[in-house]
Amino acid sequence: MDIFSSILFATIVAGTPLIIVALGQLIAEKSGVLNLGAEGMMAMGAIAGFAVTLHSGNAWLGVLAGMAAGAAMSLIFAVVVLTLMGNQVASGLALSILGVGLSAFIGKPYESDILPTVGALRIPLLADIPIIGAPLFNQQALVYFSWLLFGGIVWFLYRSRSGLILRAVGESPASAHSIGYQAIKIRYLATLFGGAMAGIGGAFLSVFYTPLWVEGMVSGRGWIAIALVVFATWRPFRVLVGAYLFGGVMVAQLFVQGSGLGINIPSQFLSALPYLATIIVLVIISRDQNTVRLNAPVSLGQPFRPEA
Amino acid sequence: MLRLERRAEASQTMSYASPLIAILLMLIGGLLLFTLLGKNPVEGFKVFFINPISDLYGWSELFLKATPLMLCAIGLAVGFRANVWNIGAEGQLIVGAVAASAVALYFYESEGGAHVLILMVIAGCIGGMLWAAIPAFLKTRFNTNEILVSLMLVYVAQLLVSWLVHGPMMDPDGFNFPQSRLFEDSALLPILIEGTRLNIAFTFAVGALLVGYVFMFRSFAGFQMQVAGYAKDAARYAGFSAKRMIWIGLMSGGAMAGLAGMSEVAGPMGQITDHVSNNYGFAAIIVAFVARLNPVGIFFASLLMALLYLGGEQAQQYLNLPSSISNVFQGMLLMFLLGSDVFINYRIRWKEATA
Repeated sequence: MDIFSSILFATIVAGTPLIIVALGQLIAEKSGVLNLGAEGMMAMGAIAGFAVTLHSGNAWLGVLAGMAAGAAMSLIFAVVVLTLMGNQVASGLALSILGVGLSAFIGKPYESDILPTVGALRIPLLADIPIIGAPLFNQQALVYFSWLLFGGIVWFLYRSRSGLILRAVGESPASAHSIGYQAIKIRYLATLFGGAMAGIGGAFLSVFYTPLWVEGMVSGRGWIAIALVVFATWRPFRVLVGAYLFGGVMVAQLFVQGSGLGINIPSQFLSALPYLATIIVLVIISRDQNTVRLNAPVSLGQPFRPEA
Repeated sequence: MLRLERRAEASQTMSYASPLIAILLMLIGGLLLFTLLGKNPVEGFKVFFINPISDLYGWSELFLKATPLMLCAIGLAVGFRANVWNIGAEGQLIVGAVAASAVALYFYESEGGAHVLILMVIAGCIGGMLWAAIPAFLKTRFNTNEILVSLMLVYVAQLLVSWLVHGPMMDPDGFNFPQSRLFEDSALLPILIEGTRLNIAFTFAVGALLVGYVFMFRSFAGFQMQVAGYAKDAARYAGFSAKRMIWIGLMSGGAMAGLAGMSEVAGPMGQITDHVSNNYGFAAIIVAFVARLNPVGIFFASLLMALLYLGGEQAQQYLNLPSSISNVFQGMLLMFLLGSDVFINYRIRWKEATA
């Protein structure tokens, strides 16, 4: 592959977990639930995916396990904030701390293991297109999954009846409840979906991307995904674009260092770029408060309890 | 079926009982965890919670570990009371440690004297405040979410210290290990009790708790922040400056976290490495919540959290469990607390299911 194709390829791979996690969070937030625990759910998805893949030899069982682990974590969160009406910000933080700690604890024995690389899934014909063919169509299966997920979510949110109900719950749970929708149940489902996607995102990192387990390997991607949803002003297409932008920033360091351009920047400075970029995009987007306010689900982060 | 019923008035009793319930649930969870791991739960409990504090040295270590937690937590609590969510104390601690270390290394092989430590304290506080000033500025100027910004800066701070100890601050005679020179005695905090590692930073922490108490309950600014925390609109109507509260909240968090960083490098570490923080900045968030943002509570919650750290070390040594078990206990504690807080405003009632 030439340099352009390889940069594109690496960008797409790096952006994929962000897309999956951020789209999951988007659904949860559209229902009014702000779960800051993405980092912890991803960490649990990563270790569950890694351990199951290692023991079973099947990467897809690993992805399923990661999904289940993420969903299980989000269930804890959902019980605390939806049934017990805990503070969403604090509970999300707690979930992050718990998930990162628990994954480090469970993962200790796995730190020296390496998984076999999973081959790419080549799409015939399309992969033969010059320059963009290989980066787009000779990819990990989860890359295609992220595109399907994107399409599915766009359809669900804007073309399906259930999506309309979900958005109604996020805008005004009391109104949705009063016309007969079970707001709490819908929020539960949305939160679980967010957790499941975060788990898949985590499993992608440990099973396909690295493929190994290191404590703290999620390294802020969960938080970046949450920032991405704000940056995208809760619109799926912007999540997609934003995730690839961040993917590009993440792989930039590899190419700058490997380019032999004679640029001698300490690696730590380049590694800090994604975090600094996150801050910069947050500043840009929040300068215009009206855009944020118009697009944010009105009840985001607010507890709701139907007073029967 | 069981139903939650709103109380007419928030229960004061439950707001104090709920942290105790959470601690109890955490202990039960711990016993279960030990059992699941095939360890004798009673033995595990003893190793984790009793052994670390079975002698005077153990207690001194407990107070030593609690020191950075108290400092970070009291600083954070000031902001949390006004809903200023600084969750980047970890990064502010690191930058404070870096600034203090820079002073210590600048005076390396100089005459020494009391000014070195005093300058280190000042540098630590300023370092932490500078790091916290970034989210404060962005929040007040551009309304940027302080949670995400302060958190992103934790990762940047970790990379910063990693670069420094691999580069400019690396010990020239250290065989390329990522750590600085060992500080000279003039850059180390005096020990409080002979034969232990407990140093004078503990008195800083207690002092900070007292100052925090006075600020929160005896000052007008503290009162304003309390009002803003309970009712944002009321505070705005009364003309309290929201920007000022954001600055106070983040600066107090930054200064105290920076001081905690200084007390680590000038205390038990005696140098700076890229593992300068032990998750204290995050654990302090849990401390602040368990303590109900109250300085007296922070004192005891820090001791509990310190015990979880020491217990983790013991579990690693004697039960062959990873020390990250401490983080599992910490996360469980906060989760149980947030869950049991429901009983402050609600009670459980048995109700016949109506068709």
